[in-house]
Amino acid sequence: MDFTLDKKHEMARALFAEFAEKEVKPLAQETDENEQFPEETVKKMQKLGFMGIPIPKEYGGQGCDTLTYVLAVEELSKVCGTTGVIVSAHTSLCCDPILTYGTEEQKQKFLVPLAKGEKLGAFALTEPGAGTDAQGAQTKAVEDGDEWVLNGSKCFITNGKYADIYIIFAVTDVIEDARGRKNKRFSAFIVEKGTPGFSFGTKEKKMGIRGSATYELIFEDCRIPKENLLGVRGKGFGMAMHTLDGGRIGIATQALGIGEGALQCTIDFVKERKQFGRPIGAFQNTQFQLADMATRMEAAKYLVYKAAMAKQTQKVYSVEAAQAKLFAAEAAMAVTTKAVQLHGGYGYTREYDVERMMRDAKITEIYEGTSEVQRMVISGSLLK
Amino acid sequence: MKIVVCVKQVPDTKNGVVFNADGTLNRGAMDKVMNPDDKAGLEVALQIKEKTGAEITVVTMGIPDADAVLREAFAMGADKGVLITDRCLGGADTWATSSTIAAGIRNLDYDLIITGRQAIDGDTAQVGPQIGEHLGIPVISYASEVEVDGDSVIVQRQYDDRTHKLKAKMPALVTCLAEEITPRYMTPGGIFEAFDKEVTVWGRNDLKDLDDGDIGLAGSPTKIAKASDKVRKGAGETVNLDPTESVKYIMEKLNEKHVI
Repeated sequence: MDFTLDKKHEMARALFAEFAEKEVKPLAQETDENEQFPEETVKKMQKLGFMGIPIPKEYGGQGCDTLTYVLAVEELSKVCGTTGVIVSAHTSLCCDPILTYGTEEQKQKFLVPLAKGEKLGAFALTEPGAGTDAQGAQTKAVEDGDEWVLNGSKCFITNGKYADIYIIFAVTDVIEDARGRKNKRFSAFIVEKGTPGFSFGTKEKKMGIRGSATYELIFEDCRIPKENLLGVRGKGFGMAMHTLDGGRIGIATQALGIGEGALQCTIDFVKERKQFGRPIGAFQNTQFQLADMATRMEAAKYLVYKAAMAKQTQKVYSVEAAQAKLFAAEAAMAVTTKAVQLHGGYGYTREYDVERMMRDAKITEIYEGTSEVQRMVISGSLLK
Repeated sequence: MKIVVCVKQVPDTKNGVVFNADGTLNRGAMDKVMNPDDKAGLEVALQIKEKTGAEITVVTMGIPDADAVLREAFAMGADKGVLITDRCLGGADTWATSSTIAAGIRNLDYDLIITGRQAIDGDTAQVGPQIGEHLGIPVISYASEVEVDGDSVIVQRQYDDRTHKLKAKMPALVTCLAEEITPRYMTPGGIFEAFDKEVTVWGRNDLKDLDDGDIGLAGSPTKIAKASDKVRKGAGETVNLDPTESVKYIMEKLNEKHVI
């Protein structure tokens, strides 16, 4: 068992770390403060291939692996949680399902420009009445000749408005089971921005990851070609869950990066900040807190890397992804909270990065499956 | 067109410097990076490649692990890589290094050789021009811009207070400045491809027309008497006096220390 990265992955990490330090970190505070989608940074990442890291070369990607993608999201999230989630949502939630379920034509038409960085992607499952309980979804797709007609709305959609290609889940069939209970069957569709009947509603005002554009999507008699059905009709729920398994690795990684970033800020701060004539890092309380923070993030890192390796080698990796996300998100929340505490009053101001990091960390316990959902997934596998 | 770019793996001084007992650097014990001026030189070569389709061969001399710097160059877009490594080449000063690298370059076809101005671990700025001398080709140092024009190279040479525009017939050697040229990032896919590429490794026996008296520590006219980390300056002294008194105080101190 080897817990070290090989030279190739170390070099990739160095690239992402250098990019994060030079291109992302200087804008992180402004991105948060102004709730500004970092368009210029995204363009730079698109040019460098960061938006297609695990996608095979024949589909315009970089031909790397899940671990390399994880290293990218980790390094970006160390300095800016917003930038981390833009890459994660695009890659895990939009590129990945097209790669997994798309026809060759769909891959050429949609995946190639996404992976090449010519287009940005998004994924829309959540609705006002359907979060954890996906059965509450109301958005419908009805077949009409050579088209599907979409009606309904989606909420909390990451990369909303800025994305060009959206994976939309909608109810296409309602099946009655033996006891007469009605079950909704979902299907997935690829919808392009600019399609008549597809518009954007409210932009969410969020606690954290404030530069990430989170929008409501509205479909009013939105007609899309029949060939934009992704995968098999009626199998959308399973596809969404499988896609979210991959997405959870991305969010676990984002949480890992945020926690590690906050830890580094705190290490730097306690060496400088003096109280009672000594740097506060000289006090045992500070040292013990740092030791706990570092140990927690190290444990999170190995769960995240393990999940990444599982995605590379296994067909099913739901439990690994759930454990990584559960642990890393809670670790990030705990570590960023301690980071603020160790910064004292300064940590409560927007001048210091840990304040933003603590707000950014919170969402990792909520989106792409709350911590409670992760516990359901994990315990479900134990008691089956 | 064929371009040879010389790069050096240098210690990343962010994490401190480790010395051997003989005063030379213990390179194996330090994190390493591609020398910034050399990276700028590689960027110049890559820009020429984009315009002309030139083939870029990157050459480095160092310990066996120095192939990492060639892989980094591959990941940025270089085509081929040569690592010159042999125990007998260790401890080389600028003379022995330039003699060795020039011998390696004699094995290659080239129109243009690009090096960095100087390496951050030695700061001599001698190796590039010396390679040019060994090979008997024109050298233009301190390049901020390089352009290929037919069989010539046109270089913007940067001095402190002026620039020169110089033209030389190729083959020629140009040394580049990191301050003026921002190197591109690697790409993730480029990194993966870089590790699948073959690095050519040459030892002493692969280098022709090279005298044993011109290589390694023994062939180095420069001997390092002593090397150390930077000596930290004292904390200094603060005095709070009016301007006239301050001048008087400083003059007394300078006299006392025999500075004036």
